[in-house]
Amino acid sequence: MSQPQHRDHAGATLGMWLFLFTELILFGGLFLLYAVYLARYPHEFSVGGKELNVVFGAGNTIVLLTSSLLAAMAVTAVQRGQQRATAILLGGTIFCALLFLGIKYVEWSAKIGHNIYPGSIRLRTGPPGESVFFSLYYLTTGLHGLHVLIGGTLLAFVTVRVQQGKIDSTNYSWLENGALYWHLVDLIWIFIFPLYYLIL
Amino acid sequence: MTRDQEPHIVSFAKLTAVWLTLLALTGLTVWVSRLDLGVNRVWGALAIAMLKSGLVIAFFMHMKYEGRLLRWLLFVALLTLAIFIGFTFFDVLYR
Repeated sequence: MSQPQHRDHAGATLGMWLFLFTELILFGGLFLLYAVYLARYPHEFSVGGKELNVVFGAGNTIVLLTSSLLAAMAVTAVQRGQQRATAILLGGTIFCALLFLGIKYVEWSAKIGHNIYPGSIRLRTGPPGESVFFSLYYLTTGLHGLHVLIGGTLLAFVTVRVQQGKIDSTNYSWLENGALYWHLVDLIWIFIFPLYYLIL
Repeated sequence: MTRDQEPHIVSFAKLTAVWLTLLALTGLTVWVSRLDLGVNRVWGALAIAMLKSGLVIAFFMHMKYEGRLLRWLLFVALLTLAIFIGFTFFDVLYR
């Protein structure tokens, strides 16, 4: 019982980063598809892009940047031994995650209401480039949304462990890696926002 | 790789400064995309996005304070991604 548990902080960080690289390649593939089809259907992509709501996109950007700040602050707080502040900051991050998903829900609902979803009559009868655009839009933002959901769940789990005292200033790899995952979600959105909402 | 002995603590003030910069860059990218720059809008938006992700990786993700191993691995990962995207375009653009 009194034996110190073996921990490898550097190893845990390295492992997390290696996983994040695979995530970068995964989303990189989707961005590559976007780029190739943008080169092929510039006009249809422009029409599709104008359907997207910049206010929702910009709002979600601010929400995610703020959530990332709170997650980074939570790591600082745990390193300083401020358990309560850590839990509160993580709560803020999770709140932002829910807010992001809420905005995404409203945004997707509006799109679906306008008869824009994969296989809808409008996209089936319209030009193929528009259908490709919206398929990529739903695939990319959907996969990103799934990451938000997973990241939020992971951070909720971490928050519980912080409150139980299982994560503290001597042992916070779980929190640090959860925050790293969360920052990756933010990072992907930093590219999705201009590519889908702004430049078209 | 000495971070196990003394982890680097990034102050709240520094993190907040990074966050404010990120918000300012978000405003800038919205503004730039409204200008009539033609295809340069795409490159402008991508350049700002890369700058923003650099800030997130360096400060929020602590890469600035990590050892050489992680930095090199990140470089290799980004290089792989660049080759993956760049070489596809050699094919797509000159087919």
